Amino acid sequence: MSNTFFLDGAEIPFREGQTVLQAALAAGQYIPHLCWRPRLEPHSSCRLCTVIINGRPFSSCTQPAMKGQSVACDTPELQALRRAVLQMVFVEGNHYCPACEVSGNCRLQATAYHLGLHDNRFPQQFPVRERDSSHPDVNMDRDRCIRCETCVRASRDLDGKNVFGIHGRGIHSKLAVNSPSGLLKDTDVAAEDQAVAMCPTGCLTVKRVGFKVPIGERTYDMESVVSVALKEFREQEAAHG
Amino acid sequence: MAEKLKIATCSLAGCFGCHMSFLDIDERLIDLLELVEFDRSPINDIKHLGPAVDLGLIEGGVCNADNVHVLRQFRDRCRVLVAVGECGITGGVPSMRNSFTLKQCLEESYIRGAGVECAHIPDDPELPLLLNKVRPLHHIVKIDYFLPGCPPSADAFWHFLTELVAGRDPSLPPALIHFD
Repeated sequence: MSNTFFLDGAEIPFREGQTVLQAALAAGQYIPHLCWRPRLEPHSSCRLCTVIINGRPFSSCTQPAMKGQSVACDTPELQALRRAVLQMVFVEGNHYCPACEVSGNCRLQATAYHLGLHDNRFPQQFPVRERDSSHPDVNMDRDRCIRCETCVRASRDLDGKNVFGIHGRGIHSKLAVNSPSGLLKDTDVAAEDQAVAMCPTGCLTVKRVGFKVPIGERTYDMESVVSVALKEFREQEAAHG
Repeated sequence: MAEKLKIATCSLAGCFGCHMSFLDIDERLIDLLELVEFDRSPINDIKHLGPAVDLGLIEGGVCNADNVHVLRQFRDRCRVLVAVGECGITGGVPSMRNSFTLKQCLEESYIRGAGVECAHIPDDPELPLLLNKVRPLHHIVKIDYFLPGCPPSADAFWHFLTELVAGRDPSLPPALIHFD
């Protein structure tokens, strides 16, 4: 028998070394995720990709696929937990979708739509956070940061620049910039960097192009987060194997 | 024929955009009026809330003492209370002032703002006192359902109301959920 496991009852083949999430995406099955991206090391912090494997919860972005294991993903309990996680993400920041230039291109927002988020349930924290508009081409709005460290990993591993980091702990942690002044203008970050392109929210944006594509014609206006994530994975597999 | 459901609506710290979108259900309003009748609402200009209402729809967050009073009255008298739109659900655009102190906001508007003449912060006792922070509705009272959008589309209103009136779960399908 070949290497397979069961995801919500469906038989999923996997290659040696693949995680549960990778094998699922390769088989065209979507498991909700935010901090995981195909070209980056898994971070396992958003917990959206949590699945139940043989009765216990695991983050599927780090859990190796194993022969014969039984994985539950699309259950009412897990979807409710994922919504609760997203609700906490929303209330911890200042996510003003109607006033955000990334609305419609935002993976956080699209994931919330997919999971059927109607409200934020918890008290809004309304944190006061610093913005950094010092760079000529890149804007950083910490109000929208979800501390997924996508930019930290992309800048270090894909751009080879190591511009970003996380400073502080717990709810007080914030996105930090690796320069003596702590400002973006004193780094070698550029508008073309993967760190900027891969931000799943509107925290890192390129200046002067925010409304080049009008609202209503943007990525997630045209496609669901499911098809975008599956396409992104297929392209990565085709390019890098 | 069964008695019609009573609906009341109001806008607190909102822009009336949700009400405009509600009216965008167009001729379906006629079908809706077969099922419901309106109590207090800007749509019929009735100013006072009746003693017993089935469904209250509230647009906008809570930014002043009068908003708190109206919201609590709606909660007391409405069997089911719905937060409508981004501002009612999260505080929305008005809550962007929460990044600043109330004093800073008032001084920016009435003392230092561009084009201000006779600089003076309004202090007429008739004016409701502003809260230090703009709050979403669920910070003040229990909310039974949330209808997201800025504004929720006419189709979202129609789906939500017809499902609720029919006694079903009015949750929106993903295609009708929008936060912008």
